[in-house]
Formats: sequence, structure tokens, C-alpha cells
Amino acid sequence: MRQDLEVDGVSKRYGAQTAVDALSFSVAHGSFFSILGPSGCGKTTLLRIVAGFLTPDVGDVRIGGRSMRGLAPNRRPVNMVFQHLALFPMMTVGENVGYGLARRGAARAEIAGRVDAMLKRVGLPGAQDKRIDQLSGGQRQRVAIARSLVLEPTLLLLDEPLGALDLKLREHMKIELKRLQADFGTTFVYITHDQSEALVLSDRVAVMNAGRFEQIGTPQELYYDPRSSFVAAFVGANNRVSGRAMRVGEQDVELAADHGLVLRARMRGQIAAGQTVEAFVRPEAVDLARDASELSAAAQHFSGHVESLLFDGANSAVLVREERTRVDIRIALPQTGRFTDLKVGEKVAFGFESQHAVCFVAGDHGV
Amino acid sequence: MLLLVAPALVWLVGLIVLPHLELALISLRARVAPRVYELSLSQYRTFFDEPLYWHTFVRTAAMSILATICTLLIAFPAAWYIAKIAHGRAKSILFVLCLIPFWVSETVRTLGWMILLRESGVLPHVLVALGITAAPVEMLYHDTTILVGLVYTSLLFMVVPLISAFDSLDNSLIEAAYDLGGDDWSILRQIIVPHAAPGIAAGAVIVFMLTLGNYLTPTLLGGKNSLWFTEQIYTQFITRFNWEQGAAFGFLLLVLSTVIVWLGLKLTGQRFGDVMRRS
Repeated sequence: MRQDLEVDGVSKRYGAQTAVDALSFSVAHGSFFSILGPSGCGKTTLLRIVAGFLTPDVGDVRIGGRSMRGLAPNRRPVNMVFQHLALFPMMTVGENVGYGLARRGAARAEIAGRVDAMLKRVGLPGAQDKRIDQLSGGQRQRVAIARSLVLEPTLLLLDEPLGALDLKLREHMKIELKRLQADFGTTFVYITHDQSEALVLSDRVAVMNAGRFEQIGTPQELYYDPRSSFVAAFVGANNRVSGRAMRVGEQDVELAADHGLVLRARMRGQIAAGQTVEAFVRPEAVDLARDASELSAAAQHFSGHVESLLFDGANSAVLVREERTRVDIRIALPQTGRFTDLKVGEKVAFGFESQHAVCFVAGDHGV
Repeated sequence: MLLLVAPALVWLVGLIVLPHLELALISLRARVAPRVYELSLSQYRTFFDEPLYWHTFVRTAAMSILATICTLLIAFPAAWYIAKIAHGRAKSILFVLCLIPFWVSETVRTLGWMILLRESGVLPHVLVALGITAAPVEMLYHDTTILVGLVYTSLLFMVVPLISAFDSLDNSLIEAAYDLGGDDWSILRQIIVPHAAPGIAAGAVIVFMLTLGNYLTPTLLGGKNSLWFTEQIYTQFITRFNWEQGAAFGFLLLVLSTVIVWLGLKLTGQRFGDVMRRS
């Protein structure tokens, strides 16, 4: 597989702070690669290094197999879609899309033809003469992408372009972005702090924290098989229980939480008995029942009272307070409508299989 | 609500509109005998008949335009530096530096220039000491000296609207243009200048009007050769006591500045309202 982007041992420091810490990774041709991390994790710095706006202290960036060392942004086969899109308000839509071509010295007729074709492809046929302020948020997004893709870059960088949109439009633009990427086949590198954007859009996702990648994998791998407690906590909703490892088996750990809850979970990395650990169990991995006999025999069983109901359509959940330890556990409600009559204060049983929970050494970032 | 603008309105009507109406009437009369006047255009005819007058008139306009252009060329990079490159303390210090010349009265400031530039002054002596000129050179009373003085006086009025224009320019627009293959020149021409155009026009209008109506700087730095139109107006009113002629000249200057500002805005495609909002 051809690699369109190879980042090789790149570091960038600002004073005492390391924004990007010896990162190496590559992105395959035609794929949608996301870098997911909280604000301040260094993802914007990394993107700006790839675009050429920043020079790394050490390391090299290769795009399409060619080293980018010493190459200015306007000489790189890379284009960027900015956070607030940065469309030129003093130009029409057509002039915006044609700007890069004109800078390359393309003939006027050729520019007009390619702009026209590009606007058709992004679903804005004949919008050349419109002003930027006449477009809706979604249309601006498409113009920003068209303006970059018309230059046929090896790589398109996207800096949280959906961040400024409202929720409804953001959901719509997610689908649109994925379709555009599949359509053009251009390699996309997308940075975001929104895990749902990263999971929905990407072929592969890198979870970034404090200048390093915690894990690189498919969205499914990140979700079902997190390799660090940071990934488990950051990607998707998760119940976190911290405590001490009591008994360490071959694959399982028995953990006693600080407040007395004892549970078994799959072991990740090396854990010794007595170590401080963190376990995670997803809300949808926990089974809820009115009576303990309805739960699977293989699961570990608990009981508690409904603390609050969190109705949110398909994402509805219930917060259950465990009987003895008073730990709150979030449990997803099944879509069958079996629990629509659930009341606050009702006594329920819940359980999960140990293989659906994961356990890490506390504070262990990255495996 | 009208009460809020009332003081300004009284000011405007009392000190600007009324005197101008009076001046208009004066400029349109001719003295036929002591204390006897009649309606006449003769003051305006004199202006066109006497080459010195309209020569001075055209020269003042041309020099003012030149001074405005020079001010823009000098203020543009300085304002860019203050708005986009300098940060924090440096930014405010640089801004104050632009303001400092105005802490000294214009007369003192201009006399300072004279001390520096006259034949027995500081600069000609430095040039001799450095061996650049054999004898002290008279640096006053040249057109260039007038221009330098005018630009110096006007700089702040160009820098301020430019800084506010540059401040409102989103840096990511420049980065985006750069990213799409733009070079410095195309970014300046296609992104920065169009964005800053109302600010540039506002600065240019203010500087042009200040320069055209300036009296002290051209007179002191240019001496007898300055041939500045405001000087002609002064001469008519004060030296010759010919108020009729002075009033006519005053009106001609008003028409001139209005026409040139209108032409400038027309040529650059700016609307007066937009420009004034920026200044």
C-alpha cells in the first residue's frame, strides 16, 4: 500500500512544553485518517507541521514519498481546510475556488472550466458568482473543500472544520464529508476533539494525548479494544472504576474499588497484585434486569436502585446506584422498550461479563 | 435622543455652517466704493486670470496627493508590523511612539525641524563632519522638506485606521492563501489590500484633507517658496485685508478637496459611508 503521509520521529517544543513528542506514523493512500485528542494535546501543532506552517525541531515529514524538509506551505502538495474555513470574503465563490489555479498560472478558460466542474461535483453547480456571505454554513464547507481539492493535492488536511456548525448541520456534514472523501479518493487527515466525528468518518484514528499517540487503530479497535486507560476514557461513554488489583489471573484481574465494589475485568498490559488500577465497562455492555435470575449466569451480578433516568432516544441510559458501595453505574437501556416504565428509586439487578470490562494500571498511558 | 447630538449640532451649525454661509456671501460681492458692495463673480474671475493663484492651487493639490501617497507607503508596513507582528507590550509601545510627536505643539515641532535642517543647523553640520558634503547645505525651503514635514505630521492619522483594518483581518485568510499557493505579492494584492481598502481610503481622506488645509508646516519649512494655497488665503485676509478675495479662495479650496476626495473614492470603488465607519 502506498503511503501518502509518513511522519518520522517528529518533535516540537515550546519552551519547556513538548507539543509533539517524537511521533512517527503513516497514512495510506486514499484513506481517511483522524487525529483525535482533547484541546491542547498537540494535534493542531502536528497538523501545522505537516502543512508547513511550523518547522519540527527534529524529524521529517514525507508526503507522497518526498521529504518536505525546507519546503514552504505554498510549495507542498498539501492543502488545508481551516477551522473557520477561511474563505476569502472579498472574492466570489468562483474566485475562491479558482484562486489556487490562478496562482499556478493556469489559463483563464482552463480555470473557469475546472471551477465549474468542481462546483458541480460538490453539489453547487453555477454558484460561481455568489458572494461568500450568501452561502449557508454547509455550502461554505463545500466551497472550502472544493477550493482545496481543485488543486488535486496528495493530502487534504482538515482542522476541525465542523467545530463551528450547529449539531444538526454537523451530523449532516459528517455524512457529506465521508461521501466527498470516498468520491474523490483523496487522502484526508482530519483533526478533531469530537470522538463521534472521528469514529463515524475515519478508516483509522490516532488518539493523541500530551504530544503522543495513545493508540492508532480502526474506530472499532479503539472502541472495543482500547490499549490505554486514556483511550478507554476518551473514546465513547464508559464507566470508570478505580481501585486495587486483588487477584491477578492469566487474563483477568479482580479489582476492589476504593469504595468496596469488587469486579473482574480483562487485563491490559502487565498488572501485579496490589497495584492501583482502573477498570472500564461500557454502558451497553451492562445488562439490566428487574430480577437477578434474568441475567446471564456467566456474568458477575450486582444490584442497586435507579438513581436517575437519562432519556435521549437511542442513547437512553439509566444511572444505577450500586446497593452496598453506592457507586453510580451508567447502563444503556435496550431499544426494545422493555424498561420504558422504569421509575427512579426502583430496585434493579445488573451484571456484565468480565471480558466486556477492561483493566489498566492507573495512570498508564499507552501500551 | 436628539438631545444627545444637540451640543455637536450647535457646534456644527454655529462654527462651521454659519461662518461658511457668511463667507459665501462675502466671496460673491465686490466693493465698488467705500462701504458700497454689489453682487459679483469678480473674485472668482481674478483667480483664473492670475496664473500665480491657480498655479499655487494646482501645486497645493499635487503636493497634497503626493504627501498622502508617501504617508500611505510609510504607514502601511508600520501599521502591519504593529497589528500583526508585534505582541503585548511591544505593540502598545510602538503605538505610543506614533502618538508621541503630537505631545508637542505643531509650532514647536516644526521649529524643531528648522533647527535640524537650516544651513547652520544640526544635520548639515553632521554631513560635513562625515565628509559627505564639503560645506553646510541649506536643507530648508525645498519641496522635499515640505513633503517630509507633511508626511511626519500625517503619519498617525494613516497608521490608526490601517491598524484597525489589519486587526480585523483573520490571519487564517493569509495562511489559507499561502496554503493554496499564493506568494507574498498576490496575498498583498488580492487579500490584504482589498480587505484594508476602506481603512486605506479613510486614512487617505483624512491625511489629504489635513495636508491640503495645513498652513504652518508648508509655510515654515518652505519659506517664501512654499506657494501653498492656504498661505494665499491668509495673505488675502490678513495682509491685504481683502476678505472678498480670501473668501473666494476658501471656497475654491473647499470645492477642490471635495472633488479630489470624491474622485479618489470613485476610482478605488469605495463608498463614503463605509470609509467613514472605518476611520
